Amino acid sequence: MHPDALLRLEEFSVRFDGISVVDRLSLEIRRGETLALVGESGSGKSVSALGAMNLLPPNADIVGGRWLEDVDLSHLPAKAWYGIRGSRVGFVFQEPMTSLNPLHTVSKQIGESLRLHQGLGGQAARKRARELLEQVQLPRPDELLDAWPHQLSGGQRQRVMIAMAIANEPDLLIADEPTTALDVTVQQEILALLAELRDDQGMGMLFITHDLNLVRRHADRVCVMQQGRVEETGTVTEVFTSPSSEYTHTLLAAEPSGNPTPLDDAKTLLRTQQLSVSFSRPKRLFSRRPPPFIAVQPLTMTVAKGETLGIVGESGSGKTTLAQALLRLVPSQGEINFDGQRLDRLTGNALRRQRSRFQVVFQDPYGSLSPRLPVSSIISEGLRFHFPELDDREVERRVVATLQEVGLPTDCAARYPHEFSGGQRQRIAVARAIILEPELIVLDEPTSALDRTVQKHLVELLRELQARRGLSYLFISHDLSVVRAMAHRVIVLKDGSIVEEGGCERVLNAPRHPYTKRLINAARPVHLA
Amino acid sequence: MAMFHRLAARLSPISQRRLTVFRHNRRAYVSLWIFGILFLLSLCAELIANDKPLIMTYQDQWYAPVLIDYPETEFGGFLPTPTDYHDPVIRERLASEGWALWPPIPYSYQTLDMELGRPSPSPPDSRHWLGTDDQGRDVLARVIYGFRLSVIFALVLTIGSLVMGVVIGGIQGYFGGKIDLIGQRLTEIWSGLPVLFLLIILASLVEPNLWWLLGIMLLFSWLGIVDVVRAEFLRARNLEYVRAAKALGLPSRLIMWRHVLPNAMVATMTFIPFLFTGAITTLTALDFLGFGLPPGSPSLGELVAQGKSNLQAPWLGITAFLSLSIMLSLLVFIGEGLRDAFDPRHIQATNTSPTTNHSQRVTHAS
Repeated sequence: MHPDALLRLEEFSVRFDGISVVDRLSLEIRRGETLALVGESGSGKSVSALGAMNLLPPNADIVGGRWLEDVDLSHLPAKAWYGIRGSRVGFVFQEPMTSLNPLHTVSKQIGESLRLHQGLGGQAARKRARELLEQVQLPRPDELLDAWPHQLSGGQRQRVMIAMAIANEPDLLIADEPTTALDVTVQQEILALLAELRDDQGMGMLFITHDLNLVRRHADRVCVMQQGRVEETGTVTEVFTSPSSEYTHTLLAAEPSGNPTPLDDAKTLLRTQQLSVSFSRPKRLFSRRPPPFIAVQPLTMTVAKGETLGIVGESGSGKTTLAQALLRLVPSQGEINFDGQRLDRLTGNALRRQRSRFQVVFQDPYGSLSPRLPVSSIISEGLRFHFPELDDREVERRVVATLQEVGLPTDCAARYPHEFSGGQRQRIAVARAIILEPELIVLDEPTSALDRTVQKHLVELLRELQARRGLSYLFISHDLSVVRAMAHRVIVLKDGSIVEEGGCERVLNAPRHPYTKRLINAARPVHLA
Repeated sequence: MAMFHRLAARLSPISQRRLTVFRHNRRAYVSLWIFGILFLLSLCAELIANDKPLIMTYQDQWYAPVLIDYPETEFGGFLPTPTDYHDPVIRERLASEGWALWPPIPYSYQTLDMELGRPSPSPPDSRHWLGTDDQGRDVLARVIYGFRLSVIFALVLTIGSLVMGVVIGGIQGYFGGKIDLIGQRLTEIWSGLPVLFLLIILASLVEPNLWWLLGIMLLFSWLGIVDVVRAEFLRARNLEYVRAAKALGLPSRLIMWRHVLPNAMVATMTFIPFLFTGAITTLTALDFLGFGLPPGSPSLGELVAQGKSNLQAPWLGITAFLSLSIMLSLLVFIGEGLRDAFDPRHIQATNTSPTTNHSQRVTHAS
């Protein structure tokens, strides 16, 4: 045991109703260091951290030793936990949208933990809260003290969460995917802040993530987990340069690789002219209607047959709105020319008939499939509507063929979406789109909810389908490594307008616009010497 | 039971889990069975309580008086009117020249017992198990018929208001915008109309019968469902799988029917049992006040009114009280069970925790 060890787990196991979720985990975190707990979703990372702090539901069965410095946590009475959680151990969670109480102002959120653990109240608590906001480098702390969570951006909320976590100067900070919901540039700022606070206050940090890039940059030691078991522990340099376990190898190699098949001069499939989308803002009583919010500035773009156009930008840049305007799912102004046809002029049934030619795959693999329909009906639904002349046998034959094409077992047609993993669900969504034999598929962040290894397979599948069927893709993503592997050309969106446009290699390797540079810098993997 | 299991196997996994939750709730499950059996029995009320023999022979000929009205002349009477089988003359002839199989309760809900040895209402005895009301009619027969009428009234009203509420709420919620705004204002105005006064006015204009009452009640009872359905449709129309269906080019009616409605029905289903009890209570209240079903109909509300005006005959009040309270309690128990079964939190608690689901999902990941 290291003399500086802050948190120590030994042979730590968690079982839920007899199912093992964490299996004999041993680790220790020292003062002033960051230990990263890495693994794909479901590998037991979060459960380990929550279990160590007794935050799991009562059907969890925890065995093994756990110590916080010299306190044995495994036999702690419930009362004693109050003195540990929030005081000696601080938490930062993944979802900044839901981890702040929407009905409390910032000063009240922070003040609550100050009152409970330090007995501070009134002006003293407010003063300390202001100090904390300064410490987490929030601008205009005086104003923000009285702000409500919905007035803050995602990054600001996460900073407030961090302020709450460090309010009582904890010894240990547990950060559970603290940046997953944030844009890449904001991610870097938050993690730099966490590192700074850790050094200032001599904290130990447990950093839970699935993103190896972040680990490489921000952790000292790393512990790789797979299905509840530790695969490998070591310093970041050791693990990244000479991984000893097979699994770490696959994780490290899971970066989507390769390039799209190069394209000869192909004819234009989709062209927009001065396409813009605006949303009217609500009118207040006795005042003029405020000017509409412009989500997409008038823009002109083209997609050729068989081409992938990547659309890159941070959240709020109008990527998804643009895609939905192209699909005619939100009203827009301007011209949309699809294969010589003015899509923006079609309505009603004429538009519906055309819809089989341009399809979409959404981001969330859990939300985009109706939970009450078996896979076969989900896939065949569009087919039955657009080709009513097909009989049941023919429909079934095509469903089976499409399932095979997207690499799913054919016996899954009768099963329901909840029986599938995220990657498989995304394949079902792809099958639903390609069974109509479309010419264009809009892929709206299709990989962002998936683990790296699964992403890689999906990207390969999409490229394969493109080569075989000559599909055009409109590929929306904030993840530049996936864009690099998919796109021929890229447009970079910021606040609804195009700031840079060009061939994928050119834009990603030699960006011209400062915004693009910033985006690429933040996402670039750091190669260790 | 085997058929039940086969049927259950065909349902979607979510419905199967709900069914299991419902069946684990013993009180609701038993209540459902009791209520189902009572309702089935009351559907055969004509075979249980009737003033005609079920089947009989007369002069070596077979008759089924339950099904066919025979004129009295058939059995040696003088008038070509429907036979009164309780008439002593007819009874004597039948007994001498054939035999008859009577239902267990030989009175219908409107049979006046002419041979009652004492003034009506008469207390329970072996002839009238629950006594008679103030016109000499058998109370048990009236309860059986009244139960059936109440349940059927509530059933039709519930189904009708469900259809209207889902259609109107669904259109408002799915299309949103101006349709929703105008629709909501119209339903608000409509819900401001006083239903009770309308019914009272109606009672003085026309002879109210079951269909009039149903019609009037139907005009207003869907209002409660609209809010629930509209909220669910409003939520669902922004879900990704609904957008995906739109992108597939499916027409709105198909999207609403296949994708939105099944999810909106969850919230609506929990509403149904309470709509049902509400309908029964309303009908009873109207009958009690005298604005309900036409005089002579078998109605529980009328029985309550009789109990109130004949306090010296407690069997009337007690019977009305017991039959109403048992029926409503059964329905509330069933409703509770349904509500729990459709509650996603409840399903999660009986299933495994979300975290383990997560790990299972990964084990068969691609």
